[in-house]
Amino acid sequence: MKSEKSGLIVSVSPHIKDTETTERIMWSVSLSLLPAVLMGVYFFGPRAAFTIIASILSAVLSEYIFLKAMKKKVVALDGSAFLTGLLLGLNLPPSVPFFIPVIGAIVAVIITKQLFGGLGYNIFNPALIGRAFLLVSFPRLMTVWNEPAAAFIHLDARTTATPLGILKEEGVIKLIEVFGDKGNLYSQLLIGHRGGCIGETSILALLIGATFLMYKKYITWHIPLAFLGTVSLIAWIFGGQEGLFTGDPLLHLMTGGLMLGAFFMATDYVTSPSVKSGQILFGTGCGFLTMLIRLKGGYPEGVMFAILIMNCFSPLIDRGFRSKVFGAVKKPAKGAKQ
Amino acid sequence: MSQLGKISYRELVLNGIFKENTIFKLALSLCPSIAVTNNVRNGVLMGAAVLFVQVMVNITISLMRNLIHPRIRLPIFMLVISGWVTVTDMSMAAFAPAAYKQMGLYIQLIVAFASILARAEMFASKNTFVPSMFDGIGMGAGFLLALTVISFFRELLGKGSLWGYQIINAKPLLILVLPAGGFFAVGLLMGLFNWISMKYEGRQ
Repeated sequence: MKSEKSGLIVSVSPHIKDTETTERIMWSVSLSLLPAVLMGVYFFGPRAAFTIIASILSAVLSEYIFLKAMKKKVVALDGSAFLTGLLLGLNLPPSVPFFIPVIGAIVAVIITKQLFGGLGYNIFNPALIGRAFLLVSFPRLMTVWNEPAAAFIHLDARTTATPLGILKEEGVIKLIEVFGDKGNLYSQLLIGHRGGCIGETSILALLIGATFLMYKKYITWHIPLAFLGTVSLIAWIFGGQEGLFTGDPLLHLMTGGLMLGAFFMATDYVTSPSVKSGQILFGTGCGFLTMLIRLKGGYPEGVMFAILIMNCFSPLIDRGFRSKVFGAVKKPAKGAKQ
Repeated sequence: MSQLGKISYRELVLNGIFKENTIFKLALSLCPSIAVTNNVRNGVLMGAAVLFVQVMVNITISLMRNLIHPRIRLPIFMLVISGWVTVTDMSMAAFAPAAYKQMGLYIQLIVAFASILARAEMFASKNTFVPSMFDGIGMGAGFLLALTVISFFRELLGKGSLWGYQIINAKPLLILVLPAGGFFAVGLLMGLFNWISMKYEGRQ
């Protein structure tokens, strides 16, 4: 993280010791997700709250049990398991049965994080692996989207399609039709009045959280901006139905899990590159893969898989963009390998 | 028993099954262990095919060992292995065409199994007929056991069936029959196997 007074920046080692602790960052990130939680619960009712709580509890519990069983130092309350559970909960549809968040949290914490060596050693974002596991295992349960309770537009059924689902299946005209008019569509998307995962719908709430994180300098603009920029560029060029350069980037930015993914998941310290220029490449890759899946893939949404795929490349990116050693002389190409 | 000293046949077999289990201990031949194990029938057939090839190769090599010039031993081993794999391949195509259709490629790939060549090189070419046979049985049985266990869990939890018969009327964890689930299953079972054998060895 940045040490605010001295203006030092995050980079590969050597590091300078700071008063910030992992716990503090974890709890701050959790706090920054509070608006999204509140909006999710407001729109999807107490059921959504229970899903989130079940997810958090099982994440913390499985971390505790695993560490106890392995006779390691029990650090289950350092906030990282809490955050993983919270992110997983926010990435679930509101009305999933309770065993879903439990299984997801176990996969996320034990298989993705602890089996790889615990916090800091995991290759993939735990919450996203948990969700990917669930999506592939329970495709039907994981794609039941509840209509927001607060008087959604004229859809009679209790379940609905996500805007991205409608966009993929029936096109943008149908989407505008469902929401009334274009202005209404944008404003509804902005406050989160739409079908989707609990925490991904309210763009406004997510932006508030992201602003808080940026203000505290827990995340920098590199990954989110590169991610969102690439998505809007590709959406603008290829997203339209009437040919090139007719797409609607705003629509793609405000639907799906993009905001949640770009600000809260892709910026995970452990699984993203720590070199700034590498982060831009990482974000661009995420954006490209997201749009590839959204426009050409089988799933309507690709943020999760995009981030997971780019996670694999993080170590490679870090190596490729390693900052220059101070005072080092550039070696001839032959000796560069060492 | 030229090099073995006092090791009994029982120990030879158990060595292949537990101590040097191809998949769980040596982590060899993982490709078929993920590719064909999404149902028990394929897993068992594949395991049986490998068991057969391993035993026959070990026997053949041990009988031929004094005739093979050391410099060209590896090509000869490969020829013997591919001969026996062809026999297996053709018999399977004749007697189990349905299963062969699904896994024919992997049967042919037995030629390239590191474990089979390794046993030919490390054991059969240095030992007589009978110990080589038991070594082959041990290694092959270890492979068969591993594939059976993996495919048991994958089919039961992924499809709710065993050997094609529906056991539970649900698909508890669909991911397990997919390739990604194969990695999960093999990894977790490998961990479990090693954990158990660690406990067992610790008690001895």
